[in-house]
Amino acid sequence: MTQTAKHQFAHRHLLDIARLSEGDINLLLDTAETYVDKSRTGDKKLSLLRGRTQINLFFENSTRTRTSFELAGKRLGADVINMSVSSSSVKKGETLIDTAMTLNAMHPDVLVIRHSDSGAPHLLSQKVDCAVINGGDGSHEHPTQALLDALTIRNRKGKLAGLTVAICGDILHSRVARSNIALLNIMGARVRIVGPPTLIPSNAKTLGVEVYHNMKEGLKDADIVMMLRLQTERMQGAYVPSIREYFHFYGLDKQKLSVAKEDALIMHPGPMNRGVEIDSELADDLNISAISEQVEMGVAVRMACLDLLTRGDAQ
Amino acid sequence: MNQNSFAILNARLLDPATDTDTIGGILVEDGLVKDWGAHLNKEALSSEIEVIDAEGHCLIPGLVDAHAYLCEPGKEHRETMATAGLAAAAGGITTINAFPATEPVIDDPSLVEMVKRRALETCPVNICITGALTRNLDGKEMAELGLLSEAGVVAFSDGQFAISDINLMKRALSYSTLFDKPVIVHAEEPNLAGDGVITGGRTATFMGLKSIPSCAEAILVERDIRLAAMTGAKWHAAHLSTADALNSIRRAKDQQISVTAGTAPHYHALNDLEVGEYRTFARVSPPLRTEEDRMALVEALVDGTIDVISSQHLPQSADSKRLPFAQAKPGVSGLETMLPVSLRLYHNQQMGLLPLLRTMTVAPAKLLGLDKGRIEKGKAADLCLINLDKPWQVVGTDLLSKSKNTAFDGHLLQGKVLKTWVGGKCIFDGGK
Repeated sequence: MTQTAKHQFAHRHLLDIARLSEGDINLLLDTAETYVDKSRTGDKKLSLLRGRTQINLFFENSTRTRTSFELAGKRLGADVINMSVSSSSVKKGETLIDTAMTLNAMHPDVLVIRHSDSGAPHLLSQKVDCAVINGGDGSHEHPTQALLDALTIRNRKGKLAGLTVAICGDILHSRVARSNIALLNIMGARVRIVGPPTLIPSNAKTLGVEVYHNMKEGLKDADIVMMLRLQTERMQGAYVPSIREYFHFYGLDKQKLSVAKEDALIMHPGPMNRGVEIDSELADDLNISAISEQVEMGVAVRMACLDLLTRGDAQ
Repeated sequence: MNQNSFAILNARLLDPATDTDTIGGILVEDGLVKDWGAHLNKEALSSEIEVIDAEGHCLIPGLVDAHAYLCEPGKEHRETMATAGLAAAAGGITTINAFPATEPVIDDPSLVEMVKRRALETCPVNICITGALTRNLDGKEMAELGLLSEAGVVAFSDGQFAISDINLMKRALSYSTLFDKPVIVHAEEPNLAGDGVITGGRTATFMGLKSIPSCAEAILVERDIRLAAMTGAKWHAAHLSTADALNSIRRAKDQQISVTAGTAPHYHALNDLEVGEYRTFARVSPPLRTEEDRMALVEALVDGTIDVISSQHLPQSADSKRLPFAQAKPGVSGLETMLPVSLRLYHNQQMGLLPLLRTMTVAPAKLLGLDKGRIEKGKAADLCLINLDKPWQVVGTDLLSKSKNTAFDGHLLQGKVLKTWVGGKCIFDGGK
């Protein structure tokens, strides 16, 4: 399957969801599907990327995304190098380019970059010869998260088109929300965003979503309830008055969830703030929560991305 | 029939909500308005009902005061809900919107519950509560507007403190839209106002007092109008005092931005000369302005730019006023004089009676989302009977408010409250 796939995936980089087509997304998800099965077997290791070099360049702290990319590369047989760069030492665009040029001289095959500035992976992609994967840039996009969310939904619901997905919480700062909105729109899902006006961009409707400030209205008849992490360290006196007030109005609990569809699925990109955006009782209920499954799908999706971008004749 | 059932006949009935100005009566049963209008006369009533002959005096909806400080809890030496209630009743006010500058500040839902309970127990008039916009009114962190709202506040405000942090203000306005309640602001750019105590101009220069430029008001008003337009919030300027700010409000209203404006009797009746020989009773915040500004306020009341007149009742203890001007606390005792001082505008033929009464009844009720300020069948009989022409002299020491700091001490006024009812219960009887 992946042999066919590599000829069809006409992208050199994976920088954002917005420039992918429905076909690209289906191809990525179908490819990832094969790696889900492989990852569940005893012998997880493949040699598809043997001899290829993957550099994970993380300017922002991340454990789960970096580990997920590292595992994905290693399972495909690539040589994986992790570089954590202090964000304080690299702040200017010029320095980022210097770093890119240095790395480029080492002839990697793929660079995975996470950066606190929106657009940093785009800049890097213009300066290197290898494929670049956006591992999350500022408040812009986190495309592999959206893909792994899509794979999780597809596995549980059998489809994406026609589903009603409510994305709840801090939309304003969330790259996960932007990528998911873009992907779900491309795939024909109906997207709602739910949160206080202070955490929703003022022109959010232009993203192709319905905007709700009332949790129960936003969750009504939803198939998927996607919760986002609140940056609790920034909450006091900032965008919402307090944690107790936020949980009262926007924290997901059984009562608020009761208006969603009976078989509604709960998702969260993690790490979760229990008792802030989600009640522990719901987060840990495997029947309605797909949070652990999202992590599993993450490795498979990243394997698919690495595979499609580094092997063959992709343009 | 209980004691809250009676009829008032032969009154000049005035209800700004319905533009009613007619001779007629009101039938009150069990504290509610059963019927009212020109058709009510003695023949139409049961012989058992107690009848009050209004002798042609004006019967109006009880006044709604959108802005007052009741000082309880924490500052009971200045005022209590009980004493404020008595003063309000004497001023024809049947509903007071209490501001959150208490000790502790009303920035927590439990305090709202406590104040509501205390008001029911001790205060003869209705009290609604404005919750803090920021914690402890210190302009740094948004208060729990949602939980305060659920506890029953009708608006949010930091009272006498303007918020200098524009991002905080933007977020607070944006967040307030969730609860559809107005944010009431003290429109004075705090950095520009500094520690000034009198409006900038000849009087300030002559007296050697630190001044506040009048543009401090317009600058904050302009800033907030733009934020209100951006966020869609309900924004209300509590007490405007300058011509410049009024022009800003006028433009905003023309552009359909959701802003409203208020002022207080001392701003439309007095100017900065009232400070005279450093009279601390005339020290208010924002300060009394020039005669040109005062005239602009009157014009704005006439053309509807200003929606609401409130008392701005801010009681101070004698010790807080018996100080050099700059050290004295700002504020006046205003509950008993709000109506009679404002009636000057009617007696001077500057405003019609109904438009004037609208600013103290249905307009503030609408601002606060209250089902008050109008005469309506089936609703609580909150009423006030006034002798429109009765002359009297304000004597500060005679005020029923605990604090006697009136800027109108010694002034001659025309028009006096005769009786006030809340829920059909007579809570003030000043005789005829």
